[in-house]
Amino acid sequence: MEIYIFYFFSLLAVVGGVMLVTFRNPVSSALSMVLSFVGMAGLFIGLNAYFVGIIQILVYAGAIMVLFIFIIMLLDLNDETKIRFKSSTVIAGVIIPLMLVIQVLGVIQMGPEDDSFTPITREVLAAAAESEALAGQEKIREILTHPTSPQLPDTNLIGMTIFRDFNFPLQVMGILLLVATIGVVVLSKRSSKSSKS
Amino acid sequence: MASLNDYLFVSGLLFAIGLGGVMIRRNIIVIFMSLELMLAAANITLVAFSRLHISANGLPDYDGQVLVFFIITVAAAEVAVGLAIIVALYRARQTIDVEDLTSMRG
Repeated sequence: MEIYIFYFFSLLAVVGGVMLVTFRNPVSSALSMVLSFVGMAGLFIGLNAYFVGIIQILVYAGAIMVLFIFIIMLLDLNDETKIRFKSSTVIAGVIIPLMLVIQVLGVIQMGPEDDSFTPITREVLAAAAESEALAGQEKIREILTHPTSPQLPDTNLIGMTIFRDFNFPLQVMGILLLVATIGVVVLSKRSSKSSKS
Repeated sequence: MASLNDYLFVSGLLFAIGLGGVMIRRNIIVIFMSLELMLAAANITLVAFSRLHISANGLPDYDGQVLVFFIITVAAAEVAVGLAIIVALYRARQTIDVEDLTSMRG
């Protein structure tokens, strides 16, 4: 059953990607980008990464897609019906990615022999609750050893990892967002001739 | 359950589709969307390896997912700045076709 869910979502992601590249109308491209990102979020949730899957939908399929659609509407773009693609770029754009896929297949052949994921069972969760790394984390242990439905508390664990092990990178990321905000304001300010330096 | 190699293959395929989009398309907004697709495809690899590598407490190693979180943050900032540059470009040139933007060609 799980393998069919994997196939469904990976097909969704790949078909969305192909539609993104082939559609002539930029709005259709943006909507197929959302389809692709929803497929990827399904793959993340299939990998027990619930937090990352939800963030993927909220940020990519929500905020970034709205931003793209907004800019397409703002610029009032037409379809590329008149423009024909150059055959040389199309050939290069098919062959080089195809070579990349073949290389990926070659690398995958050399991967680890046992490449199946260890399933996360009740026993694994109960053993994790007793481990030293989670000593004193009563909230996380409570979720791990819930009597009726023990869950993987991945949001709690990601939060712990970010704020303990990656605290400095997190603050650098905050500075990055501030710089990006200032940069966008400067870029989109209409520069009049009098204020030009 | 699907194995690591299946996820890596899907990730590589999506990355290749994004690369093809960057090379074939001439509309700069669609090129930018293909770039986003490539960024997100790399995330699948990171999450798959994070799930494969079991840390000391028996749960997945969350370092990879923290990196994905940071990549998504950077991608959001990049989209904001990139689209602002595209709007500024459109104001200056009235076009977003990369074939018409040749002033930096040597």
